Amino acid sequence: MKITRALVLVAALAAVAMATVPLGAQQPPIKIGEINSFSGIGAPFTGPYRSAVEMAVEEVNAKGGVLGRKIEVLFRDDKGQPAEAVKHAQELVASEKVALVSGTFLSNVGLAVSDWAKQNKTLFVAAEPLTEAITWSKGHDYVFRVRPNTYQQGRMLAASAGKMKYVKWGTIGPNYEYGKRAWETFRDRLKELKPDVQVVVDQWPALGKIDASAEVGAILAKNPDALYVSLFGSDWLAFVREAQKRGLFQKMFVVGILLGEPEYIDPLKTEAPEGMLVTGYPWYDLTQPAHKEFVARFTKKTDKNPVLGSLVGYVTYLSIFEAIKKAGSTDTDKLVAAFRDLKVETPVGPITYRAVDGQSTLGAWVGTTKIDAKRGVGVMVNHEYIAGDKVLPSADEVKKMRN
Amino acid sequence: MSPSIIVVQLLSGLAKAMVLFLIASGLSLIFGVTRVVNFAHGSLYMLAAYLTYSLTAALPFGAASFYVSVLAAAVAVGLVGLVIEVGLLRRVYKAPELYQLLLTFALVLVISDVVKLAWGSENKTGPSAPGLAGSVPIAGQLFPTYDLALIVFGPLVALALWWLFYRTRWGVLIRAATQDREMVAALGVDQARLFTAVFALGSALAGLGGALQVPRQPLTIVMDTSIITEAFVVVVIGGMGSVPGALLAAVMIGVIEAFGVLVLPKATLVMTFAVMAIVLIVRPWGLLGRPESQGRGAGGAIASTSAVPVPRAAIVALLAALVALPPLLPTFHVWVLVEILAFALFAASLHLLMGTGGMVSFGHAASFGLGAYGAALLMKLAGVTMPVAFVAAPVVAAACALVIGFFCVRLSSIYFAMLTLAFAQIAYAIVHQWYDVTGGDNGLLGVWPARWLATPLRYYYLALVACVAGIALLGVIGRAPFGLVLRAARDHARRAEAVGVNVRRHQWLAFVIAGFFGGLAGATFVFLKGSAFPDYFSVPRSVEPLVMVLLGGVQAPAGAPLGAAIYKILDTVATKYTEYWQMVLGVILVTLVLAFPRGVIGVLRRG
Amino acid sequence: MADVVLEVDRVRKSFGGVHAVDDVSFALPAGEIRALIGPNGAGKTTLFNILTGQLPADAGSVRFRGRPIDGLAPWAIWRLGIGRTFQITATFATLTVLENVQVARLSHVRRSRALFRPARTLELGPATTLLEQVGLADQRSRAAGVLAYGDLKKLELAIALAHDPTLLLLDEPTAGMAPAERGALMALTARIARARGLTVLFTEHDMDVVFATADRIMVLHQGRLIAEGTPDHVRAHREVQAVYLGDAV
Repeated sequence: MKITRALVLVAALAAVAMATVPLGAQQPPIKIGEINSFSGIGAPFTGPYRSAVEMAVEEVNAKGGVLGRKIEVLFRDDKGQPAEAVKHAQELVASEKVALVSGTFLSNVGLAVSDWAKQNKTLFVAAEPLTEAITWSKGHDYVFRVRPNTYQQGRMLAASAGKMKYVKWGTIGPNYEYGKRAWETFRDRLKELKPDVQVVVDQWPALGKIDASAEVGAILAKNPDALYVSLFGSDWLAFVREAQKRGLFQKMFVVGILLGEPEYIDPLKTEAPEGMLVTGYPWYDLTQPAHKEFVARFTKKTDKNPVLGSLVGYVTYLSIFEAIKKAGSTDTDKLVAAFRDLKVETPVGPITYRAVDGQSTLGAWVGTTKIDAKRGVGVMVNHEYIAGDKVLPSADEVKKMRN
Repeated sequence: MSPSIIVVQLLSGLAKAMVLFLIASGLSLIFGVTRVVNFAHGSLYMLAAYLTYSLTAALPFGAASFYVSVLAAAVAVGLVGLVIEVGLLRRVYKAPELYQLLLTFALVLVISDVVKLAWGSENKTGPSAPGLAGSVPIAGQLFPTYDLALIVFGPLVALALWWLFYRTRWGVLIRAATQDREMVAALGVDQARLFTAVFALGSALAGLGGALQVPRQPLTIVMDTSIITEAFVVVVIGGMGSVPGALLAAVMIGVIEAFGVLVLPKATLVMTFAVMAIVLIVRPWGLLGRPESQGRGAGGAIASTSAVPVPRAAIVALLAALVALPPLLPTFHVWVLVEILAFALFAASLHLLMGTGGMVSFGHAASFGLGAYGAALLMKLAGVTMPVAFVAAPVVAAACALVIGFFCVRLSSIYFAMLTLAFAQIAYAIVHQWYDVTGGDNGLLGVWPARWLATPLRYYYLALVACVAGIALLGVIGRAPFGLVLRAARDHARRAEAVGVNVRRHQWLAFVIAGFFGGLAGATFVFLKGSAFPDYFSVPRSVEPLVMVLLGGVQAPAGAPLGAAIYKILDTVATKYTEYWQMVLGVILVTLVLAFPRGVIGVLRRG
Repeated sequence: MADVVLEVDRVRKSFGGVHAVDDVSFALPAGEIRALIGPNGAGKTTLFNILTGQLPADAGSVRFRGRPIDGLAPWAIWRLGIGRTFQITATFATLTVLENVQVARLSHVRRSRALFRPARTLELGPATTLLEQVGLADQRSRAAGVLAYGDLKKLELAIALAHDPTLLLLDEPTAGMAPAERGALMALTARIARARGLTVLFTEHDMDVVFATADRIMVLHQGRLIAEGTPDHVRAHREVQAVYLGDAV
């Protein structure tokens, strides 16, 4: 018995030792470290992102790579924990010698990696985290962000909502930074546009733990004219089912940040509420040839329709390739310089990474939800693409925030 | 608040309470009879939900498919429970030191990846219950029919359980076993079969809860972890092993939460835990629980036999290697070593509580988080230099432990564990909400070592000195009169009182010492990562050191650092090489537990 | 003539209407070995638990050397100089025999919270002496949990003597032992008590042991003291005979 135990221990240690021996490589590819929440609370959304990243890499490698070198992406699971993400950043940079680190979904994970990148003078391309802090109050030279942030999307929605008649507003959102900021930027802009707006109810369920029945009851009790929703993921799905049964969508106008994204509207199938004002990604309606091709290739590769995460993943890596080309090197300082004012042709049109804050000018679509009976899911109609730079603060304002 | 709102909100609370009751009653039953703290209970709940989802779509019975699926899922999950009990848990019942907990933790990891493999990680909206999909007008508002059906169904299950426990011989045995296991064994009852049956029944109840949740809640791969804490809260408020208690507590939690969101919409993070803390402070055995028959110290589940000797030469060699080797290692390995050192100290500090003191804490992350935030805030707000913050952080953690410990040491065993969890959650909520000071969930950034310490190697040596000194001091304390007396109080609290030992005061001191060194671990960690986040206080962060202590071996202080090293290395390697690291880690943990039912350090045991 | 060590005055305790201890009063002079006997359920253990602070009395008072001790915690009562053993043996199972006694000694010399000196080297002399007195010195390194039952009882005695108590309360010190061992253990206890001038109150079922050891005997029946006196006096007491013969019949 003792011998078997000792053997198990030796075997386990041997496995560990073998796993840490690096495998020999012939040609040095350009390595990119990709840290994302492949398990935990972000997991439902990172799969399509990863597929699109893999697609972008396959495509560029098929054309001979960048600077004559293949691209290799090393994926690491941050488990939704900032400290875990930092550990991966350490490993990717120190052991794998990656040229840069990219990815992250959750805002706090993005911030942790960003701060680590600043301290260690490593380039970090934040793909999906939405917090404004990454590029503004906690911004620095080594971080660039792809997706339009909460401030931008909140202002896009406020511009439309401000033209409406609703005066008594309520909100419900996850009780953390994203939910709070998504609401505050919207509310502040709305009040600028429509000073008589008043807030009659604000509900803040814990992220991932909504008690939908009680929350819907609480909102109905205050009966606002309109409701601003920053819930997403499973909280949003639970809320919709309850709200449908309780007739909430008949009683008030609903504005939802991100809720037109396929990530959040597709799982609802035909239960998706109609007539909501949302930001999202109506991939099915976009007519640019480049985008149609992107959709076709993605669908062929994964057998699934794209979601916004797919587009962001694809655009992130297109941007990284462009930056490396422009820099002509994988040297961090040259890459950082290349990313400033970097122009990238994406499937949805050209975007630029602003030199002042590293925010890309990728925009979002604002539209209204409707059920597409044929596909059996909710879609966006009457949508309009709003470029990111239209809702970004000026360089002076950014400089103030960054001090 | 109008009467109609009150009525509807009450019904909302009751509907939620019924599902909670089903899950909690199963958990309570399992703990009551087998004393297994079943972390995998939430995983069984999740499994049943996904099974119901797929079966409903696959079965050919039309509207009846859903209901057949619910039953089938509950039965199937009951069978899974049976297999788990017979195949795994039964092998470690003889190990008295909560090793079952380690096994169930490994199962959580495995089942999580099984679900991910089988169903994918996207969120899913389940089917509605045919015939109950609509709403009915109540007090001028619409209310879901399905929720009303649950409110009727829950008490029926409670009644059926009552009948089972009070009107069948089997039930009498279960009740007897809940109160006194030894007595039932003495009556000649086949304990193994009783345990198996109870585990299967408890699992089936979790399955029923999960299946019935499908029309109300989307399916996610994190359903398991989001329900398990709440289920434990209900069980503990009700009183471990008490099914009526679980019902009462579920109703209480459901209703308080339903009205809580009206009055304090931001308090949902912490409401349940605050209620639990209050109940436990007022009633240390839960609402309908009973004090355990033996006068053991807090944590009664730990009963170590004599310590395992660790050869002095091995320790000297290890220390020499830790001093000499790092300059030769790749940078990342140095960073991993710092993390291992921090966790070795963290686990060792927990060992003083749970190994030496017999007080199993589910909230030790509080000390870790307080150390990390203490250091970060001292630098950010008080403007002290990094070395000062590093040294002062553990004092902050110890000061908080002084307050938290005052309440916790009044409780024993699982109740102690859950009160520590409650305080950790309250700390989490405070850190999470107090944006102006703590930065909320965006955390505190830029918490880096002073410039002269900022190279990986220099920081490593600081961590080495701090953590090795901490672990050594904990070892000295464990062997000092205080440690001896603490072990005595763990073995027999009443006897210790009867030789003049103020047991609570000693346990309180142990709590503060553990808090101090847990805080030092947190401070070591925060300067490694450069940032502090509320998840430092989270339940998984509390479970980690628990797993490490058990994995290494609870009977020797050296087991905790050993377990920390093994766990961190496995985790780091598995996460690097596979997306399914949970599965790999879980299977390795199961293997290790079965091979070393007393922890890896048990290898050194004589004979 | 001698000082009164323990004075119990009209102590009552009931559990849900049942009077477990009903108006019990007695005084124990220094140096006396007294037995408290009575059938099962007479209230002996309840009375012991009240005297040692494990249970609060409903009414009445308990004085130790003139000082009221009711309401004090068990550890505080022990500090005043009252040692006890438990009916169901209570030792520290994972500690060695020596460590069991060391714990009590360390507590006595108020070093139980010392953090930095190895306990191994502390209170060795006194602890060893105690183990020698009860005849356990050769078992000092064994874990208490693996001791034979009779040895556990001896260990309990050694623990109870560790703080040089004035008064020793022994709850069925020989319960569960073989008849021959019982007499020997009580003889040992009595010898140590007389040598140290201890006052002893003990409960016991074995009448041979009681009559061989006790200076005086009290009889408790249904929570009440029904007799008190010398062994001869109690043996002749009619009510006592009724209680015990009634048992026998």
